[in-house]
Parts: sequence; structure tokens; C-alpha cells
Amino acid sequence: MEVRSDRMTATAPMVSLRPSLSPSRSVPPHRAVGSPVQAKISVRDLDFYYGHRQALFQVGLTVRSHSVTAFIGPSGCGKSTLLRCLNRMNDLVEGARAVGRVELDDVDIYEAAIDVTDLRKRVGMVFQKSNPFPKSIYDNVAYGPRLHGTKDKRSLDALVQHSLQGAGLWDEVKDRLQHSAVGLSGGQQQRLCIARALAVQPEVILMDEPCSALDPIATGKIEELIYSLKETYTVVIVTHNMQQAARVSDQCGFFLMGELVEFGDTKTIFTTPRDKRTEDYITGRFG
Amino acid sequence: MVKQSKVMKDFWRGGELFVWMTASGVAISLLMVAGMLALIMLNGLGQFWPGTLQQVTLNTQETVIGQMVGDEVIPHSVTTEAQSGQRRFRYRVGNRDQFGSEYRWINEADIASISSPEDLTFVERREWGPAYGRISLAAESAATINRDESTWSTVVTLVDRANQLRQRIEHLEREDIGSINYRIEKARLARQTLVLKGEADPATAEADRRLVDQMAALEREYLSKTEALEKLHKEAGQDVVLLTLSTGRSVRMSLDQILSVSRPNAMNWIEKVIAYVRNLWLFVSGEPREANTEGGIFPAIFGTVLMVFLMTLAVMPFGVMAAIYLREYAKQGPLVRLVRIAVNNLAGVPSIVFGVFGLAFFVYALGGTIDQLVFPESLPNPTFGTGGILWASLTLALLTVPVVIVATEEGLSAVPRDFREGSVGLGATKFETIRHVILPCALPGILTGLILAMARAAGEVAPLMLTGVVKLAPALPLDEYLPFLHLERKFMHLGFHIYDVGFQSPNVEAAKPMVYMTTLILILVVVLLNLTAVMLRNRLRKRFATSAV
Repeated sequence: MEVRSDRMTATAPMVSLRPSLSPSRSVPPHRAVGSPVQAKISVRDLDFYYGHRQALFQVGLTVRSHSVTAFIGPSGCGKSTLLRCLNRMNDLVEGARAVGRVELDDVDIYEAAIDVTDLRKRVGMVFQKSNPFPKSIYDNVAYGPRLHGTKDKRSLDALVQHSLQGAGLWDEVKDRLQHSAVGLSGGQQQRLCIARALAVQPEVILMDEPCSALDPIATGKIEELIYSLKETYTVVIVTHNMQQAARVSDQCGFFLMGELVEFGDTKTIFTTPRDKRTEDYITGRFG
Repeated sequence: MVKQSKVMKDFWRGGELFVWMTASGVAISLLMVAGMLALIMLNGLGQFWPGTLQQVTLNTQETVIGQMVGDEVIPHSVTTEAQSGQRRFRYRVGNRDQFGSEYRWINEADIASISSPEDLTFVERREWGPAYGRISLAAESAATINRDESTWSTVVTLVDRANQLRQRIEHLEREDIGSINYRIEKARLARQTLVLKGEADPATAEADRRLVDQMAALEREYLSKTEALEKLHKEAGQDVVLLTLSTGRSVRMSLDQILSVSRPNAMNWIEKVIAYVRNLWLFVSGEPREANTEGGIFPAIFGTVLMVFLMTLAVMPFGVMAAIYLREYAKQGPLVRLVRIAVNNLAGVPSIVFGVFGLAFFVYALGGTIDQLVFPESLPNPTFGTGGILWASLTLALLTVPVVIVATEEGLSAVPRDFREGSVGLGATKFETIRHVILPCALPGILTGLILAMARAAGEVAPLMLTGVVKLAPALPLDEYLPFLHLERKFMHLGFHIYDVGFQSPNVEAAKPMVYMTTLILILVVVLLNLTAVMLRNRLRKRFATSAV
């Protein structure tokens, strides 16, 4: 572990929170020993283009169900692009094009018959910059369920409470649900966005550098949250912060210039990387 | 020498001069706006103040009664002996029917004395403008009045009574007779419809006969009302006062010609303030008289506000829809860019061009077709096939739609990308995202467009002259007869009123203060409309504040 030298010191207090958790990470307690590890998402031979520029080259990996998978790598390496392929958010970008297969529960999500809104309902997303709508806290969380047809006030109330509890925000905001979400602090806003994603009851949650705009304390809370979320959901997280990847993820993929250099168990990647480039990156020699 | 050039260099580099230039730009703009407002208010607001009436005795022993309204140095009177020249005064002497002109210049040198006796009276008449003089009762009226009171209070009482009578007459004319006329016209149109149908069965004949009976009954009612009206007119006209003019001649005046009498010289300042406020109120709430040069401007205020309102209703949906399509749905490319350039250029087209289009398309093509299809019974009288408030509003909507499109597009593009992604990421469709997230956030921008559009529309006159504004509209576009809002009616407008009163009226000089006053009201109306929208926008901004961390 001595390889994570200088970068560790920057967020040293966070690291100290974690050691007690690390043993359980390698063998998640809820997964019975011997049962086959279920693949939630499989990416196969994915090429991705922004117009004429190719951003991903022949990426292939498998995300396990009820686990946390982290994508790491320097800026512009394609990790966010891959993440946004998983719920087809890249459809919003003009001229973007994916070639290859991305399977969710063995169904290719790039098939013509796929309903994209339904896909995004199943694969929720939390963004780098917290983006609560300029509405009340309640309306923010209820936004998704209302769209998908939940009209009943009582079940909405229950869902909002459940989601806010799931995101660890309930105790802080339960007395001001009708206040504007914009008045929350940065960390609270990000947790609200997570609650908003949870309210749709997705199967997978994608997180695009969810802590990059937060201070260490807020980051710690989100990380704890991510750790607890995998009980119920499959989490894929993109992060710049390698300590974060080491702390929260079960599996980890290292990207460089649009290529998936190495993918495997986090522990393996951080202790005995197979590829020289991975080692260089996580030891801080470049990037 | 070297040092000084360095100082100069620093001066130029530091941009001190530039700061001064920019600041003076602001100062000059502010000064011009303030100067304009001050000029308008000075010229307009003064006319309601009951000014002192003067009796001027000339060297020729002639007397003149009037109000001094201006003075100047007589042109070419400045000589080497008299450096300051000779002055002359301009008096408003009124009595246009007697003197032929309402104003008179009097040289200072010709004046023997000036006094302002308290019994000088200012008479506001229904016709021929104001009159100045001394008032007394005519012999036959004096006989019928209680002798105990003074002549002045008797005259005031009589004028009040005449005014009450006039109100009853107006009510009778407008409400009762107006309603009868309305019903007669409706019956006539119903008959015409039967004729146009061309069926000859007994049911039709029966219906026709019923309508004829109804019309006859209404006709009788009409006659009885006109009789009552005539009686009232006679009653109003029976009292007569004598006005002694400055020339010493006495003029008989029937009281129903007199709107009000006052003796400004006998008033203290509280009475003057009351009179001022009353005059101002009558101006804002009253109807125009005397080819618009006197009376109030209420129909013009009402027409302006209603037209702007209708224009808003028309322009908002179209402008916002077009902007949403251009910004959110259309594939951004050369074609959309071209459309955008065209829209922007549309904002620069001279407004009269829109007027011509409105006349040709809305009035003649659209209105004419509507008349033939929907109102064949009133032809050849046009219903929608002539200028009206609907067509004027639509023309202005066309004129202002680019403003709304541009502002809405700006508002839409200012909505952070994060919101779109956040919403779409929750499984919302594009439509749901626009409806629930983007439009609410863009509302302040949309309202900015609305404010700009209203400001522009309220001030346009040229296109309106072709599409429905008139000098004097017989009825407001909103009244108590179904369907209450008469979109086909012609209307009055403050901007056109200014032009009409100032340049088309028979008594331009006397109408000058009216022009300024109407201008002031137009500014006020525009400011009020905009303030309302600005307040709405600020409330929305607070509600949809996008960054507050």
C-alpha cells in the first residue's frame, strides 16, 4: 500500500475512516459464497465517436450486480464517456455514435426497440456538479416518480421520505421539505441529487465524479452513502481521486486515451497492477 | 521633459480619459431623459391649474380679460437706444365665437393698467372653448330664482343642476336608446339572415312576422324615449345666463352649454388644489370633446391598454413556441441560422410595412372572408372587413414577435445544461424536460421579451393608422352587450391621439398642453405596464433562482 504516497496525504482524514470497512469490501456479506457472480452490465467491443473523433477504443468489461465499480484515469481518457454510454446520455450530444454492445441484463441497450426513457429509469445518474432543479426539496425528489405516474399524495410522501433516508439526508431536511433545494449546501445538494435518482427506484446508479466539487467532510458522507447503496443497487462511479476509488469500489477500471488499460478487482489493481501504465498512474508518476 | 512625457504616457495608458468619456456618456443620456420628462411635465401639468385672470386696460381705453400665457421680446425692437427691446404678452382671451381667435398679443407699451378683480369668471363650455367675463343671470331666469342668494351662488347652483340634467340625458342616450338601437339592429340582422336563407315555409314566415312585430314595438319604445329626451333637453336649456365680455357686450348663454364656471381670482390655494385635482381627474377619466382638443382621453387610454393586452395574448404563444422549436428541436445548422437571421431582420423592418401588410392581409383578405362566411347578413357593411382592434393587435403582434423569439431563445439557452441532463437522466422525455424544468427556468427571459414587446407595441402609431385606430371611436371595445369584447370595433390610441390633437385639430395652439399631457399619460401607461411585468419577472426570478450555494 506504500505506493499511494503523496496523494494520500491530501485527504488523509478520509483514509483513516476506512480501514475498518476494507475487509468486508473484498467479500460482500450479502452475497452467498458459491453463488455465481451475476453480471449486471456487460460492455463488449465498444467504440465511441464524437463526430469524427474516436473517444473509446474496443472497450469491454463486466459490471457485477450489487457492487461498486470505479472508472479511473486522467482527464479526457474516456471514463465519463463510457459511463454516459451506460444509460445512453450521450444520445443528447449531437454527432455522438456508439458501435458495439452494451448489455443490461443481457439485453443490448443500443437496440432500436429499447425505450430510452425506460432505460434511464432503470439506470439512474448522479452528475459531477450537483444540479437540483430550482424547485422545493420535495418536488425535486418527487420529480421522477411524478413523471412515471405516481400521483397519489401518500405514496409520494412515503417515497420521498424513503429516498431521502436512503441518501442520508432525511434528518437534515425533514422540517423544510417545501424550501427551495437551491438553499442547501453543496454536499446536501449532491445527496439530494442521489435521493432524486433513488426515488425513481433504479437498478443501477451511475455517478460521474460525484465528489469533485465537495469538501472532504461532504465527500466522506457521500462515500459512506455509496458504500451502503450497493446493498440495493449496482453502482458505477467515475472518479479522479484514486484514494476514493480504492476506498469505495470493489472493481476498478483504468482508462488511458480511450482505451481500457486494465480492469479487475480494486485490491489487485492497487496492489499488483499487471500493466506498467496503471502502476505509473496510481503511483502518481503521471496523470 | 522626459518626466512629463512619462506622465502623459501613463495618463493615456491608464485610460483616465476613457473613464471620463464613458461616464459623460451616461450623464448625457440621463440628462436627456430627465430633460424630456421635465419638459413634458412642465408643459402638460400646468394646464389644469386655475391661473389668475387679468383685466388689462389698454392706453386706448379698451379692456381685455384673459390669462397671460407667455411673453417675448418683440422681434426687431432691439435698437441701440433700447438695448433690452420691447416686450409683449400673449393672452388667452377665449370667446373664440366672439373674437374669432382665442389668443391675443398685447405690447407692454400699450398697457395702461392691469388688475385682477375677483368677479372675473372662467366659463368652460361644451363648444367654442373657454369664455372669460363677468357672469349674471338673464332677466327671465332671475325671476324664477330665490332672491335671497347672491347671483354667484345661484349661478353655481344652476350649473350644477344643468350638469345633473346633462348626465341624465347622456344616460338616456347611451344606455336606454343605445340598447334599443342595439336590439333593433339585431332584429334587422336576424331578418336579413332569414332572407339570405331563402326558405319560404310557414315557419320562416312566422319567424319573420315576429321579428317585424318586435321591431315595431322597439320603434315605439324608441319614440317614447326620444320624447323624454327632448323634454330633458328643453328643461336643460331653459335657464340662461348673461356673460359680460371685456368689450362690454353681454352674451346670452344657455346653461346646458356650460360645463363649469369658476372664479380663480377668488379662490384660495386649497380650493385651487382641489380644482386642479378635479381637472386632472376629468382629463384622465373623461371623454374627448371639441374634436379631441378638450375633455378627457379615457377612451384612448383604454384602447391603448386593451390593444397591448390583446397583442400580448397573441404574441406570447407564437413567439415562445417558435423559440422553443428553434432552440430545442430544430437541428442546429445553416438553415436554422438563416431563419434566425431572418427573424432578427424582421425586427428592423419599418413598422409602416407591417401596417400595409396588416391592412392587405388581416383586414381585407382575412376580415373580408370572415364577413362573407360568418356575417353575410350585415353586408355590405363590413364587420371584420375593416380596421379594428383585433387586426391592429395582430399586426403589432407580428411586429413584436421577433423580439419575443430572440429573448426567449436567450432565456432557453441560459438554462444550465445540468438541468436538462438531470431531468433526462431521471427518465424524462424531452417534452417533459422542457415543460417541467426548462420553461420554468426560462420564464424570466421570456418575460423580458414580453416587456420589450409591450414597450414597442404601446408606442407604435403608424401601423395602427392603417389597421383600426380612429380619431373618435363611438364606443369602447368592451361593453355590456354580448359578447362584451367587440374585437371588430375601431378604437382610440394615445399615440395617435397625440398626432391628431397636435396636428390635425382646428385649434392647434389651444391643444398644445393637451398634446404634452397625453404624451405624459402615454409614458405613464407604458411605464406601468412594464413595471407590472418587471415585478412579475422578479418574483419568478426569486422562485427559480438557479445558483445560491
